[in-house]
Formats: sequence, C-alpha cells, structure tokens
Amino acid sequence: MSSTAKKFPFHIIVFLAPAVIIYTLFMIYPLIDSLRLGFYAADPDVPGQEIYVGFDNYTRLLTDDQWAPRLIGATRNNFIFFAVHMLVQNPIGLLLAVLLSSQAIKGRTIYRSLIFIPTVLSVVLVGFIWRLILSPLWGISRDILETVGLGNWYQPWLGEESTALITLSLISVWQYVGIPMMLFLAALLSIPDELVEAARVDGATAWSIFWRVKFPLILPTVGIVSILTFVGNFNAFDLIFTVQGAIAGPNFSTDILGTFFYRTFFGQQLQAGNPNMGAAVAGVMFLIILAGVLLYLFGYQRRITQYEF
Amino acid sequence: MTWLRERFSFQLIGAHAFLIFYTILALFPVVLVVINSFKSRAAIFRSPYQLPNSETWSLIGYETAFSRGSFPLYFYNSIFVTVISLFFILFLGSMAAFALAEYKFPGNTLMGLYLAVGIMIPIRLGTVSLVRLIVDLNLINTLWALIFVYIAQGLPISVFILTSFMQQVPRDLKDAARVDGASEYRIYAMVLPLVRPALGTVAIFTMIPIWNDLWFPLVLAPSENVKTITLGTQSFLGQFVSDWNAVLASLSLAVVPVIILYIIFSRQLIRGLTSGAVK
Repeated sequence: MSSTAKKFPFHIIVFLAPAVIIYTLFMIYPLIDSLRLGFYAADPDVPGQEIYVGFDNYTRLLTDDQWAPRLIGATRNNFIFFAVHMLVQNPIGLLLAVLLSSQAIKGRTIYRSLIFIPTVLSVVLVGFIWRLILSPLWGISRDILETVGLGNWYQPWLGEESTALITLSLISVWQYVGIPMMLFLAALLSIPDELVEAARVDGATAWSIFWRVKFPLILPTVGIVSILTFVGNFNAFDLIFTVQGAIAGPNFSTDILGTFFYRTFFGQQLQAGNPNMGAAVAGVMFLIILAGVLLYLFGYQRRITQYEF
Repeated sequence: MTWLRERFSFQLIGAHAFLIFYTILALFPVVLVVINSFKSRAAIFRSPYQLPNSETWSLIGYETAFSRGSFPLYFYNSIFVTVISLFFILFLGSMAAFALAEYKFPGNTLMGLYLAVGIMIPIRLGTVSLVRLIVDLNLINTLWALIFVYIAQGLPISVFILTSFMQQVPRDLKDAARVDGASEYRIYAMVLPLVRPALGTVAIFTMIPIWNDLWFPLVLAPSENVKTITLGTQSFLGQFVSDWNAVLASLSLAVVPVIILYIIFSRQLIRGLTSGAVK
C-alpha cells in the first residue's frame, strides 16, 4: 500500500502542469465564466458594476421584440447553413472520396491535392474571391452561365434576400469539401481488400459493393464528419462577416449565430455592445453545440460501435 | 468479356470527367484572381480570361498594396504567432500526452477527458470572458494574447492524437532505459522522436486554423502594428473595395504564399489527414 506512495511522482505533475494550466486559464475558465456572465447585467445604479439577474438575459433573448426575432432568425439561418453542408458538401465529399479511392483512376493523388487547395485558404480570401466572381460589375458568373446557355438565370445572388444565405452556404461548401473528402478517403482506404474482393467474386456490382460492404464500414466516419460539420457551422462567423459585414445583410437574411454574437457583444452602428447579452447568446450557442455533441456521442457513436465487429 | 471492359472504361471516363470538372471548379476562382492581379484596370474588365500580355501587364495593384498596406509586417506577425503557438502546442501537448500514456495515476482517465472537452467545444464561445481576462493580464493588442489563446485551442487535439501514438511505443524500450538509470524526462526525450509522424499531423491540424483565424485577431489584437495577415488583408480589402487592382493584388499576395507552402507540404498534410485523422 504505502510502497507506491513512498516516492511522490513529481514528474507527472511537471509533465501535465503547463498544458493543464494554459488550457484551464485560457479555455475552460473563459467558457465557464462566460456562461456565468450570461446571468449578470450592468448595474443601473453603480456604473461598472454587474448584478445577478438570473435568467433575465435569456428571457429577453427569447421573448423581447428587439431580440427574439434576431435570435430565432439567426438560429434558423444557421440550421439552413448546416443543412446545405450536410446535403451538398458531405455527399460530394463522399463521391469524390469514392472516385479517388479507386485504384483504376490514374493521377488520383494530383486530383486530391488540387481539390484540397481551397480548404487551406483563409475564409477571408475565399469570401472576397467569390464576391468578385459573383459581382455583377465583373460579370464572371454571368459570362459562365451565358456560355452554357443559361444567361438569364443570372442574378446578383449575394445581394438578394432570397438567395444570399444559400449562396454563402455554397461558397462555404466549395471551400470545405476537402475535409469530408479526406476523412471519407481515409476510411475507404482502410477497408481490407479481401472484403471487397470476396463480394466481387460473389458477383456483386460496384454499386452494391459500395452500399452493402463499404458504406456500412465507414458509418463511424459519417458520424465524425456530421458532428464536425455541425460544430463548425454553429461556430461559423468569418465568411458572413467578410462578405456581408457584421449586420449580415441584406436585411439580416444571412445572419447566423456567430454574427449575431459578434454584433451583440461589440455593438453595431447605432447600438452599443452588451457583454452580458453577448454572453447569453454564447450560452445559447453552447447549448446547441452541446446538444449536438451529446446526440452524436450517445445517440450515434454508441450504436455504431455496437454495429462494428 | 470485352463488353465488360468497355463498360468499365466508360465508367472510368465518367469518373475522370467529374474529377476534372471538380478540379477546375476548385481552382478557377483562385487562378482568375491571380492572373488578373497583373493587369491594368481596363483589361481586368475587358478580357478577364486572358493571361496578361505586354499590352495589359500592370503592377499598379501591387504598388498600392505595398504603399498603403503593411503586408510585410502582417506576414511577420502571422509567422511569429503561428510558429510560437505551434512550438508550445507540440511541446506542452507532447509532455501531457506522455504523462497520460505512460503513467497509471488516479484521475488519469478523467484528466484525459478534461483535456478532450476542448476538441468539441469551440473556444470562441468564451470570448466575452476571454477579452476581460486578456485586458486584466495587460495583453490586449499584443501578439501574446493570440499565442496564449491558440495554445489553449490547439492543446486538446494535440494531447488526444499524441496520447494514442505514445501508447503504441513499445514498453520494453522504455523499461530498458529505466534499468540503465534514465530519468523520466530522459525517457520522454527518447519517445518524442519515435512519434515524429504524429507531431507532423498535429502541426498541420493546428497550424492552418491559426494562420487563417479572423475572430481572435479581430477581438484581441486589432491595432495596426499587431495585425495578422488574415485580419490585415480583411481590413485592407474593406478599405480598397472599389480599387480592383489593389483588391486583386492583395488577395494574390495573401493566397500565393499559402499555396506555395501547401505544395511543398501537401504530401505530409494529406498523409496526416488520411492516417492520423480517424484514429
């Protein structure tokens, strides 16, 4: 009993302490403290002081005429943003991965490297590049539509309420399709050849090999890709801010939780920033992300691990 | 048998056609911006799809970008922040991972879980409090504010990946060194080179988001002298939005170095993504 305790394992502390201290101070503490600040408000009597107000900030966010439409709008837009990624980005990523995992495709490492390029660029650059491409002034996207005979389809997509959000979502898809592509590719490459070979000998077509053999085996990756997309999308900010500014125009039609959080915290032209309301918005984002992560961990991953061998 | 082969090659052509289409879709916008950055304003609008020739060649955009923006300074700031953050993410992360992988101590699993929380919960949600903390520490508008935040942000994934790799280092090796009287620190230094591929994976995973981040430079270090390249480009573009030459030139200035680095490191990057990611 006492023999293990006779020499205090000082080195374990030396190894762990620096990482744990920095991580706790700059990540865990701000997260928790930020949640706490969501329950406070500026004291009207004593400037610079904050008083505990319970769920007041949250009630305001959900019911006040000034706040509720913005919160609901941003949340709805964020779900649309996420849906476009799930329905467009991840299937295209999977399709590209399937093609690139085939031994028969020559030059697949070159395709793979080139298609990944947009993913390493910063969102600021991507946002501006697309702003130029879609700009009616330059007319690039109109030219392209005209070459394929769809000239009258052209609209200033970023400027119209009905199309701006979908357009921005697709720009984000364009940039990040490389990530699901790589993750799916890794999963597909790790499937043992014998399994696929056995199915082929049994006379299965490429189509049914994919759906009956390969797809069930990469289900864990489908889960990982989905949760990464979810967390990334509900934390997104840069693209909307770069292309449409903090007010996420036109008429808030591209406002997502990240831009709503930024405006609430730092303010905008007419309205001063409110750190406590900002903390409450971050609290809402935290709850949504947490719900997604828990759903993934307990609803999906657990079921999948049982399904695996 | 021959019809089967023909159908097969038909599929192959279809696959190549799709991949070529997608590759063009991925590169076309970037290429268009870069080639037009070397043209006169008139040529940008008149013939955007042509390579610059002697008649349309112009560097006016780059002249504006260099005289009005401080791009060399922004680059320096970004390189400084990224390199220092990366060093500490790898150094501190590998130490913590070594402790978690090597020693059985009470709370080991709990500590691993605690450090893993940050993989899923974005640090951005703590911004309100983080800004106050940085102000209290007198670090606002310094590059060190960014460095501390990025270290904290990068540590969880670093510890997570490195722990799983360090667990695979054979026990005998370490025990043999212990018998020879090596200290635990010595053994850590011995294990480190053995997980070099994992260190590369972590470096790549954490480097790109740091280099490209807009949020924290915007809220923690927005002054002109500490702007990173991402924020610097963002505000320069905002100011010169109607000067097409300057916009295209500054975009190219920011894009091209990243693409060159990517071409140099793409092999490691892709190997890291396809091996370490799913572990």
